[in-house]
Amino acid sequence: MITFTVNGETREFSGDPTTPILWYLRDELQLTGSKFGCGMAQCGACTVHVNGVAQRSCVLPVSAVSGSKITTIEGLSKDGDHPVQQAWIEHKVPQCGYCQCGQMMQAASLLASNPTPSDEEIVQGMSGNICRCGTYPRIHKAIKSAAKTMAGVEYFIPETEGEKA
Amino acid sequence: MSQYFDLTRRSFLKSSAAAGVLVLGTYFAGAAPRVMAGVLAKPSESAKTANLFVALRPDGIVEITCHRSEMGQQIRTALAQIVADEMEASWDKIVVIQGKGDLKYGDQNTDGSRSIRYNMQRLREMGASVRYLMRQAAATRWNVPIDSCSAQQHLVTHSSGKTLTYAELVNDALSITPPELDKILLKKRSEWRYINTAMEHIDLKDIVKGKAIFAADVLEPKALIAVIVRPPVVGGKVKRFDAKAAKAIKGVVDVIEIPAPKGAPLFQPKGGIAIVANNTWAAIQGRRALSVTWDDGKNGDYNSEAFKASLLATVSSPQSSVREIGDAATILAKASDKLVADYYAPHLAQAPMEPPCATAMYYKDRVDVWAATQNPQADMATVGAMVGLPKEKINVQVTMLGGGFGRKSKPDFSAEAAYLSMKTGQAIRVQWTREDDIQHSFYHAVSAQHIEASLDKNGAIEAYLHRTAFSPIASTFQEGATAPGSFELRLGFTDNPINTPNMKLENGEAPAKARIGWMRSVSNIFHAFAIQSFIAEAAHKAGRDQKDYLLETIGPARIVDVTEQNAQYDNYGADKATYPLDIGRLRHVIEKAADMSGWGRKLPKGRGLGIAAHRSFLTYVATVVEVEVSDSGELKIIKSWASIDAGTVVNTDTVINQVQGGSIYGMTAAISEGITFDKGRVQQSNFHDYRVPRMSDSPLEIEVEIIPSEAPPAGVGEPATPVYAPALCNAIFAACGKRIRQLPIGDQLKA
Ligand code: FES
Ligand code: FES
Repeated sequence: MITFTVNGETREFSGDPTTPILWYLRDELQLTGSKFGCGMAQCGACTVHVNGVAQRSCVLPVSAVSGSKITTIEGLSKDGDHPVQQAWIEHKVPQCGYCQCGQMMQAASLLASNPTPSDEEIVQGMSGNICRCGTYPRIHKAIKSAAKTMAGVEYFIPETEGEKA
Repeated sequence: MSQYFDLTRRSFLKSSAAAGVLVLGTYFAGAAPRVMAGVLAKPSESAKTANLFVALRPDGIVEITCHRSEMGQQIRTALAQIVADEMEASWDKIVVIQGKGDLKYGDQNTDGSRSIRYNMQRLREMGASVRYLMRQAAATRWNVPIDSCSAQQHLVTHSSGKTLTYAELVNDALSITPPELDKILLKKRSEWRYINTAMEHIDLKDIVKGKAIFAADVLEPKALIAVIVRPPVVGGKVKRFDAKAAKAIKGVVDVIEIPAPKGAPLFQPKGGIAIVANNTWAAIQGRRALSVTWDDGKNGDYNSEAFKASLLATVSSPQSSVREIGDAATILAKASDKLVADYYAPHLAQAPMEPPCATAMYYKDRVDVWAATQNPQADMATVGAMVGLPKEKINVQVTMLGGGFGRKSKPDFSAEAAYLSMKTGQAIRVQWTREDDIQHSFYHAVSAQHIEASLDKNGAIEAYLHRTAFSPIASTFQEGATAPGSFELRLGFTDNPINTPNMKLENGEAPAKARIGWMRSVSNIFHAFAIQSFIAEAAHKAGRDQKDYLLETIGPARIVDVTEQNAQYDNYGADKATYPLDIGRLRHVIEKAADMSGWGRKLPKGRGLGIAAHRSFLTYVATVVEVEVSDSGELKIIKSWASIDAGTVVNTDTVINQVQGGSIYGMTAAISEGITFDKGRVQQSNFHDYRVPRMSDSPLEIEVEIIPSEAPPAGVGEPATPVYAPALCNAIFAACGKRIRQLPIGDQLKA
């Protein structure tokens, strides 16, 4: 039995421990915000946070997340109002939207570890995430504006909420 | 706004029928063309039945049916903008229903950048009809002339100041005969409040919360998951397979063979073996454990290197004429100083971010399908043929598409799901992996072109010969076809904009040893690459500025009719009086983009600007790219600028986003390694070896300007793509003097 939390809720898993977390989230928990794009850590569509850090859930076996706190796009904020999500709306980033949950999870993690990234650091931090619709210029701008709003503001993080509870 | 599917809506309409819902487009009273007259017109002459485009509910909510597929071009928003504007609906009372596949809608093939072109007029008429009905209902209620009643934002106001809401008028309107077409007064452009604005798209918030429903996110019906191993070679068949190890995997419930297709590929599944499991991971594991021996068939010899040589050989000798004026052949035979260039571009895969996926449930007398499809009517036909039911019995619900780019107008994946559901009696979701997508697509054609020209004493092109050869899309529909359909040649080849007294365009034949299909802007990609690169090469030979020379080469502002030059040209199916090939508009976008980029400014060493312009899908785009090439051959795209003249546009922000995205998509052709074959098998398998642009490849700024225009609406999704690779390669030449004639760029700058 492997135990971990997803968006603050405790989960127990007793299936094939090699199952990538992505399929557990999508097939079992029906949390479909995390997407399948490549299955080999090449595109970032499946990005979730494990203990607050962006990880590719398509290659992360359940066995590796024992005791961890997993956050998906559904848990990134209470109401879609994480500064990154707001910046995505402000800049009208998405086209088809398929890559965007992964992009936002990656961006949120990037800003959590580096609240004032330079242009080049944003490029480096985001180049593992593919957007086939080509929204890169807007993603870049949205991250810069999210960084501005986030400066000095506390926001909802499920995993720390979990700790408080 | 949340997504609504047609099924949910149907039951709503039924339950609320007693309350009286004003459904427009559902009937055609008498012989006179009434409200929905536009529906009867092109593109479908057979659309004589119900057309649920607009329904005004008693609570005042307006349901607008979007019968086109949403794949990031924000068509759901644009269609709603058009209807809501003309009907003077308040935006917060709009709900968009995704229409299922149904012939009654007319054309639903969301492809060819034509959703707005086909629908703007009829949707405006529909919206305006509702506005008229609201005014008429109020006028009758108040017993005043209709002209004293005006409608704004869900409210009818009489000149005396009294008002009634649309909700209050729904019931009255039900008994009013819709106006005849000539009574409908469309708004003036100056009165538009939604059309031609940058309003936020209706699905934006759902997407940002992770709530948008793509094909694999459909939870009802609860489906088993199938992953399929397909023949690696087109036309190949299963010789034998051993399912024992696969069946031993926990969660695998069945292993089923899918029959090989017959005749031309069409959109038939390739055949193969399906692993059916109760979760995706088990299905993927099961497929790994399966061993299959294949019979490769006649395409097992497909090798991209050899094929490239044969294409280049084809274009080195005379081929069939496509367009001719003057006597280019004789002049070029005599010319002592010609510019000669061969261009080559490999196969590409569309690689939409969401791999193909569909769920199907087979019942004896019908099949329900949920699919990320660009053309639900193609799903109806393809699924019907696969399971032996008439297409009317196939219900296709269209989910959001995680990108389409042409791949998802070919619904082999829906037919796979339906077949497996028929065999198992259970709902089945077929999930393509990225490997499946890269290795079993309908590929953008591999192509070679040969161009030669002689310049007159002023440096102008006096004679021009251009040959093209590529594996034709025609082969997907007609077994063994080697000649392109005219629909392929019209894409940037027949309509070459070069103004010269002597021009000869020819096309050669080439077999297709893979499934060939269209990819965003299709053969415009390689044709614009060759033509726009060649013009820049000629500019260099003539010692002229690239942009000035481009303008001179396309000649003065005028309307060109290429059919006067012994050519067949269908102008994207549009009337040439309404949508002429207008060199003035092409010149204008070139001048604009050059202006935006500060063309002519002094650049540091290693930097260069390149320009390219092209008309496709009846829209004009010019792009300038600025690059830096280091001494060691590292390429960096600094910035790019694009100007677009697409005639009347509906959502200005969407247009900008599409031009930015279309530019980056066009970059794929230049930087990706392409798709190559050996022994009939695709040599790439995922994003590590089929490289697509990433943020690190992309400029961080793509400035876009929309040319204000009152011309009829033209295409937006595709036209920014073809110009990008030539503008980029022209910039590279300006930066370092290296001319790229073969795509991808690869290591050529390092040599
Ligand atoms: S699906 Fe996980 S990185 Fe692509
Ligand atoms: S928005 Fe479509 S893949 Fe990024």
